[in-house]
Amino acid sequence: MDLNVISINFKFMIGGLFLTFELALMTMGGGLLIGIILAMARLSLRPWLYYPATVYIHFFRGLPLILVIFWIYFLSPVITGKSLEAFPAAVISFIVFESAYFAEIIRSGVQSISRGQTMAAHASGLTAYQTARYVVLPQALRNMVPSLVTQSVIIFQDTSLAYVIGLREFLRRVNLVDAREARSVELYLFAGLVYFAICSAGSLASHRLEKQRERSCH
Amino acid sequence: MGFFNYTFDWSVLWRHPYGGLLINGILTTLHLSILAWMIAVWLGIAIGVFRVSPFGLARFTGSAYVQIFRNTPFLVQLFFWYFAAPLLLPKPAQEWLYDNVPNYSYWAGVIALGTYTASRVAEQFRSGLLSISRDQYRAAYSTGLTTFQAYRYVIVPYAFRIIIPAFTTEFLTCFKNSALTMTIGVMEITHTAYYIDSFTWHGLETTTAASLVYLCIALCVVLFMSFIEKRIYIPGMIAREQ
Repeated sequence: MDLNVISINFKFMIGGLFLTFELALMTMGGGLLIGIILAMARLSLRPWLYYPATVYIHFFRGLPLILVIFWIYFLSPVITGKSLEAFPAAVISFIVFESAYFAEIIRSGVQSISRGQTMAAHASGLTAYQTARYVVLPQALRNMVPSLVTQSVIIFQDTSLAYVIGLREFLRRVNLVDAREARSVELYLFAGLVYFAICSAGSLASHRLEKQRERSCH
Repeated sequence: MGFFNYTFDWSVLWRHPYGGLLINGILTTLHLSILAWMIAVWLGIAIGVFRVSPFGLARFTGSAYVQIFRNTPFLVQLFFWYFAAPLLLPKPAQEWLYDNVPNYSYWAGVIALGTYTASRVAEQFRSGLLSISRDQYRAAYSTGLTTFQAYRYVIVPYAFRIIIPAFTTEFLTCFKNSALTMTIGVMEITHTAYYIDSFTWHGLETTTAASLVYLCIALCVVLFMSFIEKRIYIPGMIAREQ
């Protein structure tokens, strides 16, 4: 064990966490937004909304993320005529992929709200949009907060895949340092530790929220 | 430049030597994920039982395992098994490994995927165990079974049938995660699609083909498992989706 290799390169490696967080936050924002739209479409009674959303969700849930990244990477030159930078390519792939997962979380959250709520809202004269906006979504969102936090932890881990298209996020930087210093054991244990610290904080928060929600329900 | 400037050439999927490469890629994906799945099921069941056992040390080991493997990215674990793990072996073992195991990346992939999936399987299995009523345990003990026998003959077979749907999902996750082994050089289907692109500039076609392979296999597994589920489910014990 030679921990010097970590302290010497500490700043360089930790610097990659900024990009990791940036990727994760952009994915969460975009994924949540598109996820809500997809979930709404999937719950819709109109077939031209329901079928495309359902196909989209099943399609992307059936593929590995790494393949989606290649898809975007190879497809974008065909559409735009020039290749996409690694950063937007990664963000787009992550959003496209994770929104399918968000959609399923949101759908089950919405479906957990009893039909009586929707009926009461309609009976009191709210439009479909108002029902969703003021009655169903506020309750549903509270129910799904734990799952959303869990999914955010997964997204945080998934950002390490940006490695394959050469983005210098945290894992890539650890990998680069290893290529120069050849101290794999120390470096990958360090990388694992950093991810572990951040992700356990997230998992713990999700667990707490779940417990809190269970208590408030009874 | 624009959309119509790209000429599709689907023959890249069967032309020599790319057709053979793709077939090999599909086979590698399949046997890698099945081997990893076998590790995951046995290890996962053991850890799941650990997590609900009455012994404090076993419970601690089980939950430490799950926490560590679930809170680090799979890619980090993969790199650890591939780059770091051999260095932890004693010198002679290391040399033996480098001399005699030319496809070490494949085995690192199997171990990494197996141990990672085990942590997910363990969680599913644990919730399966917890869903079994206490009466089953009491009944097993009162007929004179030891703790091991109670688990071996009563609880585990029960739990196993309850969690088949969850296991199907986990297998598919394992199968999809096998794509990440391309980062350490395993020639599975995703890597092959990418690799052919570097010779032909037809990555779009090969990636499409790889996607279809994943979707088709996932569909087959889902259909097969729903058939199995119907055969072996315990009446009244699975809350089936309406």
